[in-house]
Amino acid sequence: MRPSALLERLLQLVPVLLGIALVVFLMMQATPGDPVELMLGDALATPEQREALRRDMGLDRPLPERFLHFLGNAATLDFGQSFHHRRPVADVILERLPATIELTLAAMAIAIAVGVPLGVVAAVRRDGWIDRLATILGLAGVSMPGFWLGILLILLFSVQLGWLPVSGRIGFGAEVPPVTGLLLVDTLLAGRPASFLEALRHLLLPAVTLGLAMAALLMRVTRTSMLEALRQDYVTFATAKGLPRRRVLIRHALRNALTPTVTVAAIETGTLLGGNMIVETVFGWPGLGRLVVEGIFTRNYPLVQAAVLLYAVTYVLLNLLADVLQTVLNPKVRL
Amino acid sequence: MRAEAVEEGALARPAEAPAAPARSPFAADLRELLANRTAVLSIAIVLAVAAMALFAPWIAPHDPYEANLLRRLQPPVWLEGGEWAHPLGCDQLGRDILSRIVFGARVSMTIGLLVVAIAAVIGTTLGLLAGYLRGFVDVLIGRIVDTLLGFPYLIFAIGLMAAMGPGLANIVLALVLKEWVLTCRVARAETLAAREMDYVEAARALGASPARIMLGEILPNILSPVLVVATFRMATIVILEASLSFLGLGVQPPVPSWGSMVADGRAFLLDAWWVATLPGVAIFVLVLAINLASQGLRDVFDPRLKA
Repeated sequence: MRPSALLERLLQLVPVLLGIALVVFLMMQATPGDPVELMLGDALATPEQREALRRDMGLDRPLPERFLHFLGNAATLDFGQSFHHRRPVADVILERLPATIELTLAAMAIAIAVGVPLGVVAAVRRDGWIDRLATILGLAGVSMPGFWLGILLILLFSVQLGWLPVSGRIGFGAEVPPVTGLLLVDTLLAGRPASFLEALRHLLLPAVTLGLAMAALLMRVTRTSMLEALRQDYVTFATAKGLPRRRVLIRHALRNALTPTVTVAAIETGTLLGGNMIVETVFGWPGLGRLVVEGIFTRNYPLVQAAVLLYAVTYVLLNLLADVLQTVLNPKVRL
Repeated sequence: MRAEAVEEGALARPAEAPAAPARSPFAADLRELLANRTAVLSIAIVLAVAAMALFAPWIAPHDPYEANLLRRLQPPVWLEGGEWAHPLGCDQLGRDILSRIVFGARVSMTIGLLVVAIAAVIGTTLGLLAGYLRGFVDVLIGRIVDTLLGFPYLIFAIGLMAAMGPGLANIVLALVLKEWVLTCRVARAETLAAREMDYVEAARALGASPARIMLGEILPNILSPVLVVATFRMATIVILEASLSFLGLGVQPPVPSWGSMVADGRAFLLDAWWVATLPGVAIFVLVLAINLASQGLRDVFDPRLKA
């Protein structure tokens, strides 16, 4: 990609990000109740103290000014105090972020590992039994609500078979000192394979639950683009040249078919962020998604606001990544 | 069959030139759709769920709110301790699960249909305006669309529900506020293509007003892709509503909603798996049927999108 094209694409993000910030800001303006009362909670305060707090929080300022203030704070990752935790929102979020990142990456890995090969086989053996099975699984995968799938998996693998734990990230006694916050990495760094297995056992069900819908989608996209690629002249030519079938499929067809898959994968990773809230709730996974859901019920608005903003910005950046990857993989596409 | 269609077409438009195809295209589409057994079956399932929602008080064997702690967590009929009076068993308050699933169809269908319909109207209107008028209107609508596309769906809905509080009207509002964007994009793209067509040019040359051209000439021609997208989207909306209800942000108890029924049953997974899983079956069947039905409709009414 030309640097100027990338720069242009980055500049296009500015109004989108401003718009997102505005929507999040307005969302929280619409919340019922007085923020001062929420901040105070059960604490007693004189009217003068309330007034002082109102001024401190900038609530006596006109709306546009408050928005600018919010923007400035957001740019420096200052989202105020979390009502519930009495600590800066940014700290609380950072603490929970690694768990969510680990879960999302694992789900993505499962989705790619299942979806892409299945899509390729389905396309190559079109209308065969694998293709039919893949089509049915694909349809079921996108029609299944994540929370229900999670519960079915818990019932089968935890309750019935007793193979995998029901919730949490790691068992008691298996904890390791945090380095990256990703337990699969930290346990290896600490040189404790037993703890690694323990973390893996906890991660498996939530990651499968989160990744299955994405696997179904990737399978469908890969199948379609692979069928398209197999029809192209260069594939016919490569076959006619007498190249081995395997080489034709992988080097010629798959390489070209993967472009849409990569794009969808990047965008869908953003969608996984939303699914996180559901899956983390089902499996008691101590990540950001569960923090937000809890924040809603404790009316911890600064926290919810910051998290929604973070999710949206990540989503936009993943879309940008999808665009960039597309041009890198396929020079014909120009931004 | 074909002869009938020809006659009907001819009767409906007697002034038309005899060379024009008189066969009703809709009748042909309908025949093609009826030949697709999967599509027919899934449309029948969707209609059955709709009927279940509409006539819930007559179909449900019991009052969905009637609690009886003597029947707390009673198993379904095929398990030991079950009885035919409560074929799917009872929940933690001894309420009949089948009756609650029947009534739960009301929430899913109402929200699914309302959101899709309202979003289709708003999205089509704004898409038409953006695509036909171009210029400032297009830029403004485009900015709003880009901004809303920047939010993952569930995050946006959750953020809004957190701000507005739970309730049926708020769910519809939260979902519509994001949903119209997709219809708008489709409608705009279709309008951009349609406005270059000869029949639009002809209407313009005859002095038709922009409003007349948009409503009379372009709208009928972009309607079928828009409707196909809308039917597909209903599946997503049903899942989103169930997800919000599962998180406790949807319709509030004691009103039965499939998502909140699953959430209620989670606490009893060990001794009473049926409380959490059976309402999920209802969601899965409805969403699967909507997906299959809209695939069938798409293949017939908008074959360009066929995969």
